[in-house]
Amino acid sequence: MMMDFANVPLWAAIVAAAFFVIGAGLTLLGTIGLATFPSFYARIHAPTLGSSWGAGGMVMGSMIVFSAASGRPVLHDILIGIFATVTTPVTLMMLGRASLYRDRSEGNPEVPPAPEAAANEPALAGEGGDAP
Amino acid sequence: MRALLPYPLLALGLAVMWLLLSGFSRGQAVLAVLAAIAATHAFSALGEVSPRIRRWLAIPELFGIVLWDILVSNIAVARIILFDRPRRPGFVTVPLRTRNPSALAILAIIITATPGTAWFDYSAARNEVLIHVLALDDEEHWKRLIADRYERLLLEIFR
Repeated sequence: MMMDFANVPLWAAIVAAAFFVIGAGLTLLGTIGLATFPSFYARIHAPTLGSSWGAGGMVMGSMIVFSAASGRPVLHDILIGIFATVTTPVTLMMLGRASLYRDRSEGNPEVPPAPEAAANEPALAGEGGDAP
Repeated sequence: MRALLPYPLLALGLAVMWLLLSGFSRGQAVLAVLAAIAATHAFSALGEVSPRIRRWLAIPELFGIVLWDILVSNIAVARIILFDRPRRPGFVTVPLRTRNPSALAILAIIITATPGTAWFDYSAARNEVLIHVLALDDEEHWKRLIADRYERLLLEIFR
């Protein structure tokens, strides 16, 4: 497939550029939040900007540029957005539950106690005692 | 039909993905269908039950609502990052009505993909989910948002 980017009409270039700037800007803001927020639990929200409309904006821009340059709809970029969105919860839950487990065992007041702990206090205390 | 296609939605998704990646032609369409059928049969070894959709029309409605909410939350979180520090972040325990695994998985994706809310822990015994919210001004607001805006539609979609 021949790509001639000189074929991209001006309106498509402007729309795509807007999407790129929005996507890159949101991703940048997300990384700033990641660096400046005070706690782990607040920090975990900031990169979501990059993984939602940050990535979405760049995927939209990419689809517009390549569709305009090749003269036919190029849609496969959307798979990046779909797979990134669908798989993020897996890593988030892994990080989040590891952090919850640690904060609960350290008795950090920022996190709520485990729901089962209230109902079944002795069993959980025994379990905690056996842990290395 | 079930014997040939144990997971019709998964097969459709795989075939569409194949065609998007390889470009549409008659030969690729045949390959895509064959690959999708073979892959779904391999998947059936895992013993998952295919989700049953009760109301298809609710899917685009939910999709539109979620895309809009993600856009609005992007702006809200960007504003928090730019102009003020996180206002009272905190955890909320949200009681759920659905126990359908597909509905729970989609709810987890929605909550995670929306900036400002993150799904942390799910308790199957109590059917409650622990979420963390970046600007927790009103706990009831978040509980109502999840129950009325997302879970209501998920309950309509999945039986």
